[in-house]
Amino acid sequence: METETILIRRARIIDPSRQLDRVGDLLLGGGEILATGRLGRDRVPDGCRIIKGDGLVASPGFIDLHCHLREPGFEYKETIAAGSRAGAKGGFTTLCCMPNTDPPIDNAAVVEFIHERARHDSLVRILPIGCVTKGRKGHELAEMEELASAGVAAFSDDGDPVYDANLMRLALIYSSDLGLAITNHSQDPSLSCNGVMAEGSVATHLGLDGIPAAAEEAMIARDIALAEATGGRLHVAHLSTAGSVPLVREAKERGLSVTAEVCPHHLTITDQWVLGDKGEAAGAAGGRAYDTSTKVYPPLRSQRDVDALVEALADGTIDCIATDHAPHELSSKQVTYQDAAFGISVLETALGSLLQLVHRRKLSMGAMIDRLTTGPARVLGESYSDLASMQSGTPADIVLFDPEEEWTVDTSEFESKGRNTPLEGTVLKGRVVATFVSGRLVYQGPGLKIEEPHARP
Amino acid sequence: MAVSRTIETPDIDDLLAVKPTPRKHVLDLDDFSREEIEEVLESARSMKEVLGRDIKKVPALRGKVIVTLFYEASTRTRMSFEEAGKVLSADVINMSASGSSAEKGESLLNTGLTIQAMGIDTIVLRHPHSGAPYLLAQHLNKVSVINAGDGLHAHPTQALLDLYTVQDKLGSGARGSLEGLKVVIVGDVLHSRVARSNIWGFAKMGAKVVLSGPATLMPPDLLRSSKRIARSQFASLVDVDTNLDRAIEGADVVMALRLQKERQNAGFLPSVREYIRRWQITDDRLAKAKPGALVMHPGPMNEGIEISSSIAHGGSSVIEEQVTNGVAVRMALLFQLTTGPGQ
Amino acid sequence: MNPEDVRRALARVAHEILERNRGAADLVIVGIHTRGVHLARRIAANLAEFEGVAVPVATLDVSLYRDDNRGRAQVKLKPTDIPMGIQGKRVILVDDVLYTGRTIRAAMDALVDLGRPQQIQLAILLDRGHRELPIRADYVGQNLPTSIHERVKVRLVETDGIDEVALIFEDDFQEERAPLDNSDTGTDTDGADE
Repeated sequence: METETILIRRARIIDPSRQLDRVGDLLLGGGEILATGRLGRDRVPDGCRIIKGDGLVASPGFIDLHCHLREPGFEYKETIAAGSRAGAKGGFTTLCCMPNTDPPIDNAAVVEFIHERARHDSLVRILPIGCVTKGRKGHELAEMEELASAGVAAFSDDGDPVYDANLMRLALIYSSDLGLAITNHSQDPSLSCNGVMAEGSVATHLGLDGIPAAAEEAMIARDIALAEATGGRLHVAHLSTAGSVPLVREAKERGLSVTAEVCPHHLTITDQWVLGDKGEAAGAAGGRAYDTSTKVYPPLRSQRDVDALVEALADGTIDCIATDHAPHELSSKQVTYQDAAFGISVLETALGSLLQLVHRRKLSMGAMIDRLTTGPARVLGESYSDLASMQSGTPADIVLFDPEEEWTVDTSEFESKGRNTPLEGTVLKGRVVATFVSGRLVYQGPGLKIEEPHARP
Repeated sequence: MAVSRTIETPDIDDLLAVKPTPRKHVLDLDDFSREEIEEVLESARSMKEVLGRDIKKVPALRGKVIVTLFYEASTRTRMSFEEAGKVLSADVINMSASGSSAEKGESLLNTGLTIQAMGIDTIVLRHPHSGAPYLLAQHLNKVSVINAGDGLHAHPTQALLDLYTVQDKLGSGARGSLEGLKVVIVGDVLHSRVARSNIWGFAKMGAKVVLSGPATLMPPDLLRSSKRIARSQFASLVDVDTNLDRAIEGADVVMALRLQKERQNAGFLPSVREYIRRWQITDDRLAKAKPGALVMHPGPMNEGIEISSSIAHGGSSVIEEQVTNGVAVRMALLFQLTTGPGQ
Repeated sequence: MNPEDVRRALARVAHEILERNRGAADLVIVGIHTRGVHLARRIAANLAEFEGVAVPVATLDVSLYRDDNRGRAQVKLKPTDIPMGIQGKRVILVDDVLYTGRTIRAAMDALVDLGRPQQIQLAILLDRGHRELPIRADYVGQNLPTSIHERVKVRLVETDGIDEVALIFEDDFQEERAPLDNSDTGTDTDGADE
């Protein structure tokens, strides 16, 4: 379907790059967006396939700044192929994959490997993120120039922070010279210690070591100070605490080059879920307590934290939503909470989760899409802005979704190899119907209505 | 399943009264209703009578097999369960697994499945990780699981025997009510599963629980000074007063927790000496409690640290009774689980 | 059976006990929970009245010896209290209804674990037949042939406010699945045995 012409009719078109939110038609062809607006029947090109967009939303495909595709090295957890299918199903047309692979993405060869794999196996665009330090060991800077030339989108040691403050300082200087941001996984290990979930009353109830908010905030404060000192570009990964919001807000007010992301789970799920009742007010630890699918870093926190993050996302303090998709194989999760791996498989439930906020009027639809498209594109840089736009001539990376369709999360139907999500069995409202990358249909949901090629009468 | 929405904190009545369903596992006291606790205690009384007989054997669990699976060393608790099972004529098999950190929880699940495949009726599990018995309870559908202590989380049979001991000595009225009794738990609450289970147990029976100990060894969300963390359900069951001399006034029960010397090494305490000075249960301190107050300890004791020798062996100590009552309580639970409709 | 019948039956049983044992020496009356205990006390009272001797009364809970606890609703244990011991004594076991005989078998196992009595004799208020074990009563208040589809409900003043025996056909039984604590659901069975 690569060069085919496709017309999406009467969808609600939301294009944050142009502040557009209007019901209309969307014409794609030759891998590009040809036009948006109202297309008279007589103007529909010959051979064009028509998709009924009634009741659907059409927006630029989502860009994920933060996910783990596990390849090379951990193919039993996920592969680029499976991850890309999961992404496409979730409406993501661009995935930035983190470098905590084996070998880690700290040299051009691994970058090239990923590009090659993506060319063959991936349905969506894959942008590798390079390591900050060699081997992610935190001692010496990685060869950032080589990585940048090879095509990494940013730098990160994610999975770990850059422990050494001086090294982080140097990294910020060096990377900003290259025009790329450093995404720091903010976690002070001496504060997070052996913590496995958020510090709080649930941790006390369950006798689990808690991770204090300070473990994240202390390092964010450090990195902001370093960003100020160096003029470097800092992107704060997966915010999870209420206290981190004023830090980011204030840094922006001071004109620093600081951006921030938040994950869908930190906007919708709290530490109550570790008690096992999927968020129902639970007095006793239910039979499903210690559900390891809730174990994630940063941990699920309190309702107060969730509310603060949602507000910050709505007012733009938080620039974008990233999934931190972290698939794991069953055996690493079917163990005690203490032994379980950290991470949630997010790509396929992200949209459904986020639409809860829209349905509850905590976030507008337009803002949600902005944070999934133009927000991430801004963090990546000017050269990526076309991916987040639906203006004529931009690549036809499009997602078409039904914001009202209710569906039950069934991980046995996941494309991702990672079935680790606390949302298993819950009902979400909102689902992707179709995803296009460069005009090619890479995901087609059961609700998609495609008509036969149009023949002009 | 429900769509995730704003969580309401349950109120204290919801917390204390959980609807009873046929019980299959004993994982923690938080899901016991008050009635259920009372029934266990009553049943334990009958079991204690059996322990007083010449022939300490009844055929109630004849032909049933119980496995004690201990990933942490323990003599007394294991022996207590073993005796409990044997007096009831069950066959008891003791399995010991090394608890080294290199051992992944993976083998815990496989071990549980293997045990289930052998047709075992009940597993008594002690494990250094909080939540380990829940892992087994979730995956084993033919076996009952009794938690003999999991990490920092719970030790429900200990709490039940503590409740029994207090009821036996101080219970009022025909039903042996504990309503209104003041129970002071002293020591390293942060790392104590015994404390947690006792908080649930005593609160459900209507007693007033006060925690005392070093602020650094108190769960952060229970300290009044902790503003970041909302005080909620668990915290609503207790009062905290780090000043023991004040907290112990009028106490009916003083429960001393074991202080592990490693805590000093990990930076929680400046020294054991300071602990002794401020929190050791001594004759002077006990004099401030109600006359006839009970002194309890889950064992094993560090005499001279959390409890002075004279108190440990003095008239107010019921520490030995706790041990006897432990067997009776465990008999009651084994009987209930292995014969009840939950199987 | 009405209250008068019950009174007369218990009086006759007491006389028979005295006759057969030639007095009240070495007797211990052991009542099986729950109604057996009340009957035991009444019999002991009768013995005291007729013979002028106080015969000790003990209570016995047989739940720990039953062969049919599995699948029953929550089994509640009652106290077993035999302060005088049974070593060398003549034990008169007392229960309200004798049916399959299994409860008495369990009671005998319990007694044997508690000591070595000289003899065990069995006194019951009502024998309804249908034995499944070779158990017979030494003293019977009344023989009542029944069908196994009938349910026998013994009510006593101490537990139910009135002395009477009621026969109920299966259909009449509403869901009285109360916990099996040998007290308020009539005979200490729900279709199970004696």
